[in-house]
Amino acid sequence: MLQLNQIHKVFNEGTLDEKIALSHINHALDPGDFVTVIGSNGAGKSTLMNVISGVLSPDVGEVVIEGKNVTNLPEHKRAAFIGRVFQNPLAGTAPSMTIEENMAMAYARNKKRGFRAGVTKKLKGFFKESLATLHLGLEDRLNAKVGMLSGGERQALSLLMATFTEPKILLLDEHTAALDPSRAELITTLTKDIVQQHQLTTLMVTHNMQQALDLGNRLIMMDKGQIILEVSGKEKEELTIEQLLQEFQRIRGSKMTSDRALLS
Amino acid sequence: MFSMLFPAFESGVIYAIMALGVYLSFRILDFPDLTVDGSFVTGAGVASIMLVNGQSPVLATIAGMGAGFIAGCITGVLHTKGKINPLLSGILMMIALYSINLRIMNDRPNIPLLGQETLFSMFRSFWEGLGIDEALNSVFAGIGLDPTTWSIMALMILVTFTIKFFTDWFLRTEIGLALRATGDNKQMIRSFSADTNKLTVLGLGVSNAFVALSGALIAQYNSFADIGMGIGMIIIGLASVIIGEALFGIKTIMRTTLAVIGGAIIYRIVIGLALELGFKAGDLKLITAMLVVIALVLPKILEGQKERARKKRKRSEFEKTYALGPEKEGDNVASTKSNSQSL
Ligand SMILES: Nc1ncnc2c1ncn2[C@@H]1O[C@H](COP(=O)(O)OP(=O)(O)OP(=O)(O)O)[C@@H](O)[C@H]1O
Ligand SMILES: [Mg+2]
Repeated sequence: MLQLNQIHKVFNEGTLDEKIALSHINHALDPGDFVTVIGSNGAGKSTLMNVISGVLSPDVGEVVIEGKNVTNLPEHKRAAFIGRVFQNPLAGTAPSMTIEENMAMAYARNKKRGFRAGVTKKLKGFFKESLATLHLGLEDRLNAKVGMLSGGERQALSLLMATFTEPKILLLDEHTAALDPSRAELITTLTKDIVQQHQLTTLMVTHNMQQALDLGNRLIMMDKGQIILEVSGKEKEELTIEQLLQEFQRIRGSKMTSDRALLS
Repeated sequence: MFSMLFPAFESGVIYAIMALGVYLSFRILDFPDLTVDGSFVTGAGVASIMLVNGQSPVLATIAGMGAGFIAGCITGVLHTKGKINPLLSGILMMIALYSINLRIMNDRPNIPLLGQETLFSMFRSFWEGLGIDEALNSVFAGIGLDPTTWSIMALMILVTFTIKFFTDWFLRTEIGLALRATGDNKQMIRSFSADTNKLTVLGLGVSNAFVALSGALIAQYNSFADIGMGIGMIIIGLASVIIGEALFGIKTIMRTTLAVIGGAIIYRIVIGLALELGFKAGDLKLITAMLVVIALVLPKILEGQKERARKKRKRSEFEKTYALGPEKEGDNVASTKSNSQSL
């Protein structure tokens, strides 16, 4: 479904601030895979998401979606088949427009926009039905400006808008991080349900280890621009936070010693 | 009084089209586009030179509008492809248009249209056959209003409201929604596969087409095009938008476009009154600037006052419910006093 071949990305090359954000990443997702991504700050998780979505273009390597090389496809074209929810709950919706207008824009993602009415009676019915699945009462507020909603409500709406057109790939970058625990819990549950319902191929970045273990069928750990650990299936189901931390120490530690060996 | 306001009203309805253009760029796209000062003259210049050369007024007016569309698109390309900041893109285009406009006007800073057939004279000859003027004048003569013709007013209300309804419709189409989102949250609409660059170019094109249409009509209304007629136009447009929004509200798009038209008319009436009061034509730019400042600052002051009044009310309510009369409060004060005394 999604293939990352030899992705390499350096920021500020040749300056003091040079930073290798992604180092020769190879990875492949099968249709329906739900991968959780963990790793410390600056590990390159967001950069990886941005390379997949086309916000950034890799220095080397290619992004292949359903057998099609999309490396040179601009962000807005790729967006036709990649759904995204951002960390900032304000980022995924247009605040001065109404709920139904926002949903209409999301609905048009994989169609050619023209001079037809953006919101139609038929669409309204569909929007109402979809909103009802959130159980937040938003289905009765189709004409409310999105700027009036709370952060949690906006994030739930963003998630719905990113997914109800069934994108080929869903990218979630710490999309529960800015919410209070109960809202985060709500969005996490919604994510689980929606991904399952549409069988979406998903990559979800999180700093919450428990969340990373609870959700999805695969898990990858990133560090310094590399994927340092990958578990899936039964192995992942049996994994605990302690084991994960130990594993991290072990890999990092051995890397550090090998680095030291290299230096001396 | 009314006979003095009539021409102000008339020209206000024509300038309202320009104000709708400014509304599109400033409010919908969130792009402070200074191209306006130039594209207004472009519309006037193109229409005038075509009229002088014997073209039909309808064609000349539409061509003026088209020229404005192109000018706006170029500003959009400067910003999106050239990555030049919005303000600077507009200023560059405005300056460039000064030279281009002079060329369009055959290097003449002023083109008189006296005696030329214009959209207004054309419509007037059609209108006068209808006999509506006599009917209206017999009704309004009572309040001292009997203009020589109602045809300009009628035509302009027709044109301006066509533009208004077009705008209302356009902003609700799929492309229109994406255009509004481009001004509201670019990251969001890009993630839903809209090309914000193209939309910005389109939006600025339509905005400046409106501005140029207004210029083409003003030239025909005043019977001349002048290379300096666009100076300060952006501020006049902004004044109309801000005054209109403040007075008539912004609940929906339809309401706001109506408010902008109202703002443009009110602006003209205020200017008309200022002239009546003995201000000189040269003072008008200062008055316009002050109007914009007032329209921007006054609502905030009023809101601040309302908020203070609300808090005051809340406080007194709070005191009433919690203090349960002054005795208790008095007791507390007394006891602390006696405490401090005993120490
Ligand atoms: N636009 C940029 N310019 C320069 N350096 C950047 C840029 N974006 C990211 N980096 C650097 O690349 C590295 C990886 O950043 P990235 O945002 O991918 O980390 P992350 O894993 O998402 O971290 P976090 O958990 O904090 O979100 C960091 O060291 C960061 O400073
Ligand atoms: Mg990140």
